[in-house]
Amino acid sequence: MNILIDLFLTFAKIGLFTFGGGYAMISMIENYCVEQKKWITHDEMMNITVIAESTPGPIAINCATFVGYKQAGFIGSLVTTFGIVLPSFVVIYFISMFFDTFLELAIIANAFKGIKIAVGILILNAAVTMIKKMQKKFFPRAIMLCSFIVMMLINFFSWNFSSISLMLIAAAVNLTIFLLQRSLEQRGGAK
Amino acid sequence: MIYLDLFLGFLKVGCLAFGGAYGAIPLIRDVVLSYGWLSDETLTYMIAISESTPGPIMVNLATYVGSSQAGFAGAVIATVAVVLPSFLIILLITALLKAALQNKYVQAILHGLKPCVIGIVLATGIYMVLRNCLSMKTSFSIDVRATIITVVLFTVIYSYKKFANKNLSPIMLIVISACLGTVVYGI
Repeated sequence: MNILIDLFLTFAKIGLFTFGGGYAMISMIENYCVEQKKWITHDEMMNITVIAESTPGPIAINCATFVGYKQAGFIGSLVTTFGIVLPSFVVIYFISMFFDTFLELAIIANAFKGIKIAVGILILNAAVTMIKKMQKKFFPRAIMLCSFIVMMLINFFSWNFSSISLMLIAAAVNLTIFLLQRSLEQRGGAK
Repeated sequence: MIYLDLFLGFLKVGCLAFGGAYGAIPLIRDVVLSYGWLSDETLTYMIAISESTPGPIMVNLATYVGSSQAGFAGAVIATVAVVLPSFLIILLITALLKAALQNKYVQAILHGLKPCVIGIVLATGIYMVLRNCLSMKTSFSIDVRATIITVVLFTVIYSYKKFANKNLSPIMLIVISACLGTVVYGI
């Protein structure tokens, strides 16, 4: 079979049958691309997972782009990325057409009032998991605490300040600290 | 223009969405609420739907927001915008800059971004849980039904963890919360 068609069908299948977002997809991608199709090695899969964690965007997209590029260059990466996005695009597009009418049913509206609460808890849980995995050092903790406090103020007092600016400030602060530390070390080394 | 706004808004999300789907949710809330594309309530519903349908959560949210604001073309534009940064960055890294992520300056920036994302996600989670249980608009009051559901859900999560020794899947939690909602708000 043509490699491009094979890439497209495999990633469309991964996109269609993986629920629960990025991390669930990684195990599916590993199963298809490493074990069944042998498109990439296990080591490469490990590497791309690490890279995916340090680059922005959906993790599944990062992996799909990587596998596609390895197999068939730029066209390959386009095909895999398109393949993994297409199923969820179609599903959500149909939902978006009917969702408002659907919510007018009292029983559905009530169910969603309950679901709304679960979403908050899921986000809180995700944060707790992230904190457990975090480096236990002073600077990361300080940055986390400061951004937490500022974000609470933004949320509760409707401050006109975006989380995006907050992230850019955190990146700039950490870069400055790094440069200062380095120049101090160099001065210490010169003496 | 709505198409340009959708493209730029979701491009920003795609560029800064570190830490997976949950890291992206506060950014998406920020962009969506500041443009007034969806109400906070509808957005929260959509987060649950994105969690329960296949595919990456950010992509699902982008498709929905785009479609609700500007139909099919809007959905395509928002989806492309949220995917584009990670697509290009991975291409750059695999094709040209294999060592870019090991660069000390890049590392310093990433080490600043990651804890910041965690703080933002934590604050968003706490805010969303509290906002459901407390009403703070005109006077301070407690929403009894929401508080009951919250307490039950937390109990379910922790007892499942204790007795089954693994985490309750997000979809299961959403299903349980939907049942609780139908019962508690239906009475």
